[in-house]
Amino acid sequence: MADEIKIGAYVCKGCGLGERLNTGQLETTATRDGKAKFAKSHDFLCSADGVAMIQKDIDSGETNHVVIAACSRRAKAEAFAFKNVTISRANLREGVIWVRPDTAEAKETTQDMADDYVRMACAESKFQKQPAPSGEQTLCKEILVVGGGISGMTAALEAAKAGYPATIIEKSGQLGGVMAQLHRRVPTKAPYAQPEDTSVESLIAEISANKKVTVMLNAKVAKTDGAPGRFSVDIAVESGSVQNKMFGAIVQASGMKSFDANILTEFSYGKTPNVITQLELEALAKAANGGPIKRKDGKEVKSVVFVQCAGQRSTKPGHLSYCSGFCCTASIKQAMYFKDANPNVDTVVMYTDLRTPGAGGEDFYRSGQNKGVIFTKGVVNSVAPNGNDLTVNFKDLILDEEISMPADLVVLATGQLPNSGPDPYAVPMEADKNDAEAVAASKAAHEVAVSVESILNLNYRQGTDLPHLKHGFTDSHFICFPYETRRTGIYSAGPVRRPMDSWQATIDATGAAMKAILEAENAGKGMAAHPRSGDLSFPAFRKEGCTQCKRCTVECPFGAINEDERGYPQFNESRCRRCGTCMGACPVRVISFENYSVDTVGSQIKGVDMPDEFSEKPRILVLACENDAYPALDMAAQNKLEYSAFARVVPVRCLGSVNTIWLTDALNSGYDGVVLMGCQKGDDYQCHFVKGSEIAGVRMSKIGDTLKTLNLEEARVATYEVAITDVDRVPKLINDMAETVAKVGMSPFKF
Amino acid sequence: MTDLNKQMVEQYRNSFLKEVEANVEEGEWVKMCMQCGVCSGSCPLGPYWDHPPQELFMMIRAGKREEVLASSSMWMCTSCYNCIARCPRELPITHIMHGLAHYAKRLGLAPKNQPTMKFSQKFWDNLMVTGRVNELKLGLSLYFMNGLVEGIKTSLKMKNIGLGMLLTKRMNPMEMLGGHSVKDKSGFKAMIKKAQELEAARIAKFKTP
Amino acid sequence: MAKEYSFYPGCSSQEGASSSNYLKSVQSMCDVLDIKLNTIPDWNCCSASIGYSGGGELPRLALSARNIALSEKHNGGQDIVATCAACWLSTRETAERLHQDPEMMAETNTALKEAGLQLTNATKIRHMVEVLIEDIGYEEMGKHVKKPLEGIKIAGYVGCQTNRPFGIEGESFENPKYLDKFVETLGGESIPNYEKKVSCCGGALAFSEPEKSQALVKGIIESALDHGADMIVTPCPVCQMNVEVYQDQINAKYGTKFHIPVTYYSTLMAVAYGKTAKEASLEGQIIRAKKLEAICAK
Repeated sequence: MADEIKIGAYVCKGCGLGERLNTGQLETTATRDGKAKFAKSHDFLCSADGVAMIQKDIDSGETNHVVIAACSRRAKAEAFAFKNVTISRANLREGVIWVRPDTAEAKETTQDMADDYVRMACAESKFQKQPAPSGEQTLCKEILVVGGGISGMTAALEAAKAGYPATIIEKSGQLGGVMAQLHRRVPTKAPYAQPEDTSVESLIAEISANKKVTVMLNAKVAKTDGAPGRFSVDIAVESGSVQNKMFGAIVQASGMKSFDANILTEFSYGKTPNVITQLELEALAKAANGGPIKRKDGKEVKSVVFVQCAGQRSTKPGHLSYCSGFCCTASIKQAMYFKDANPNVDTVVMYTDLRTPGAGGEDFYRSGQNKGVIFTKGVVNSVAPNGNDLTVNFKDLILDEEISMPADLVVLATGQLPNSGPDPYAVPMEADKNDAEAVAASKAAHEVAVSVESILNLNYRQGTDLPHLKHGFTDSHFICFPYETRRTGIYSAGPVRRPMDSWQATIDATGAAMKAILEAENAGKGMAAHPRSGDLSFPAFRKEGCTQCKRCTVECPFGAINEDERGYPQFNESRCRRCGTCMGACPVRVISFENYSVDTVGSQIKGVDMPDEFSEKPRILVLACENDAYPALDMAAQNKLEYSAFARVVPVRCLGSVNTIWLTDALNSGYDGVVLMGCQKGDDYQCHFVKGSEIAGVRMSKIGDTLKTLNLEEARVATYEVAITDVDRVPKLINDMAETVAKVGMSPFKF
Repeated sequence: MTDLNKQMVEQYRNSFLKEVEANVEEGEWVKMCMQCGVCSGSCPLGPYWDHPPQELFMMIRAGKREEVLASSSMWMCTSCYNCIARCPRELPITHIMHGLAHYAKRLGLAPKNQPTMKFSQKFWDNLMVTGRVNELKLGLSLYFMNGLVEGIKTSLKMKNIGLGMLLTKRMNPMEMLGGHSVKDKSGFKAMIKKAQELEAARIAKFKTP
Repeated sequence: MAKEYSFYPGCSSQEGASSSNYLKSVQSMCDVLDIKLNTIPDWNCCSASIGYSGGGELPRLALSARNIALSEKHNGGQDIVATCAACWLSTRETAERLHQDPEMMAETNTALKEAGLQLTNATKIRHMVEVLIEDIGYEEMGKHVKKPLEGIKIAGYVGCQTNRPFGIEGESFENPKYLDKFVETLGGESIPNYEKKVSCCGGALAFSEPEKSQALVKGIIESALDHGADMIVTPCPVCQMNVEVYQDQINAKYGTKFHIPVTYYSTLMAVAYGKTAKEASLEGQIIRAKKLEAICAK
């Protein structure tokens, strides 16, 4: 279609740009250096009149590559959303005039800056293509829910209520999961004073009455193939037969496993039937059904001690280091089982920090106190059988003394473990294998042994199940997109994602169901999920140049790329989040997106005018992640925080997409310094593409070699972790580099 | 051991908390403490308490009856109400302290020569005479509460203050002779007697559940 | 027309008692502000906060209940106003407690019957400071100033019981500002960030635990002096007494040289309103408030 590239450059004179900059010169720069077919300026480009002017040129075929030289690409995006053309933005407002002083001596360098951004936008424009959906899949509204506990049932019902048919696959013979084993649940409604019905029965009734929900019991996922919008799932049922069904998206609600209390020998678990776990108490309470609760030996319990944090929040081997979050309220609820049946039963909850999350947690705690449950801040050292009864030895942390007390029954508040499949990255990624730190981190993350049985049986190059973060919990972007896992279109919900109680699990399941629906829709349209929601571009590769090195398939954080039998990458568009980590990884630079490629960025780097070594005008390249660093720079500009006039900022989708060729080229062509700004990495990462900034960190650690070959100082390249809130810090980081350059001197590579 | 104390020990064996709930002013609040310690940290005489309020509440739950009731701690309360104002659980801590102190004294378990206990009792006895406090008699009875010799010493130490009060007419020696009084003394006394009877009956009424 | 209130003066305000000067200055102040105080006939002691050892619960409640019942009988429809912090607190506490506890209310009425009284408990219990702020207002209080307290720096010592647990509506527990506003209204200089503004003076423990109490008082005076205060003002008789009369003993023990007058807000108002030294009861100061005397003499 658009054979000939017709760049139309539009320079805005509004917001003070006309006063601060020579816009006539910018027009000349666009046509002369940027090779724009024409350039126009307008007093107020984002006004109806300005937009109409551009639209008229598009409609008449004057331009098919639009360059807007105005404000940041993050501003006025709706006004400049022209169809059927490519759009490049030169950031003259937040990128130039707002970060430079309005003084006579600054005028020249400020104009230099603006001219460069116009050149860069035109250069980028030249290499941009209009993305179009691949049509790899059509809309499939079927949602698969793996697991029939409270989370799974909720997810299926929520999807069905929204009009998306759901299929529950449950490995056992009945719905309900752990919740079905409970006598009552912690209250979910005001006044949060009394244990509630578990709601399992009503949920099951609701499910059987809903025609849009299909339930398959005694069933497992034998194989999951495909991608969002076209998941092809083999379901193995008890009879041994396998059915194949297509799904648009998947919710994994595989739930929790109980901690094995057998290692808690100090509490005599296993030695006496009178020391039990919370879950085992539920069975006794169910049997009592509101009457007096009896021990296994039939004795009516008159005194019970709840030991909180049993095998949890502990550094002892085999213990859970984390807080499971549900057990304090569960103990309060269970103490009420006793108090409600007989107020004279002594119930003591032994805690170190009582944690009652949720809106009603504190009210429920008070209700427990009101009923006469005793809360003792203390650490239980041991539980010893004493005839038929027990002696609990503990240290009272308020009274600071060792105390022994008799009890008929001891209940251990042991925690939950995620019921997740094996972590695809349990063995460190190939890239990390030589990195001792990464190997150690990988081992620490797996301190607790988790199931080796696959749940999803994904037929992915990158493993059979959802990647873990820590302790076997599935990885998701905790701050921004909690349901989104590292396998697009598959959403984890409930205690497989993080420790939680049943109420939180229902909220979690609802959120995951909504995300699943959204992704089924996105996939049908060929659009990306967050954070590049709506993006139609997807990676392609030039087969003839590919060396089958597999870096892209290994490093893709989302397992989007399979390999064919000859080892060439097979991109699955709807699994892709469009971060460009594959593009950054490719040593032969054959991977590109229509609108984001080695060339679109490379040409911007090369498009900058490079003054000679003696001009006292150094150039600093800033590659800033578009998710956090670039907005932080925009906000710094809004706050009128100044930074060096020698910086040229190029937004990138993720630091993971940064191909080292950009750095090599920049240094070779005379840039004096390079600053990379990405998101925080590590277990508490903030990278929007999970692993992008981490992978970039590994790559950049090797840039020293390049610098050495060029005989350049290592200080000329700096990589920073930047959060969106680092508004005051980002200009400083740029200025630091300007100072460094002033110290080490100009690059000798200017031609 | 007083008779009442003997009776209470029998009644509330192993359940001091229940005893406190039943018999101590605002005692039903003790179980609601969440052990944050803000009360202890807010008390102006905090350093002088053997067991600050937070600890007393824990001791009550732990059944440490003798230790709590024989403690001088709650007699340190100045009634400044800092603890009440700051308690996140809104426990009436000041009143519970007063209640515990009174209950300890009622059972004969309070420390024998606790000065605030003595003063508090003298204050009550003083106002019971006429229905109004006679400051002069109260002051003198206070100075002499530890005997004559001690009393003369204290009086000498306090004489400048007394003189100042006298000169500014904020003390009147004539108060020694009767002084201010309610007119309906018999009605007043009958009312107090009735209230005391009702209170004693209420405490006697509670039995082990 | 005068605003009328049922007045509970309390034991320490009686003639020849420790805060008789408070009462006298209050009367002068009320004259100016057109406030009429109708004393509750035959009122009795409230037992303050220290009567608990002998009093227990119900007998103490009965004391205040009798006062409220007498007020309802003789001064029906009028709010009860107390000038003493402890009187106000005991009475209001009793009223609230009996509202919340019907059983206790019934027992209280049984006891009151012995004195021929009955309590309906529908009376509002207020402190004089509330009357000034809510019924009179700062503006009106300012209008009557004839001799502004110019050049006097005054630390507003609120203390405990007028501040907690009830306090004055609209004020915080940790930093109430009304005394500072009083001082400013009267033309004096306030110390709004006076650190010991709501610290305890030891209350009744000044008698039983003098050393502990005097250590607290020392801090209260020190902080006022650190801020350059010429005098301290308070709304509470116990605060006034404790902070004023033990200064010599504190000086002897700690080697300090405290000699700072401690007055009531009503003293300041009487002086600013142009009353004589006698009407303002300045002769009731053990440590003489010379700057106030000078204004009176003007």
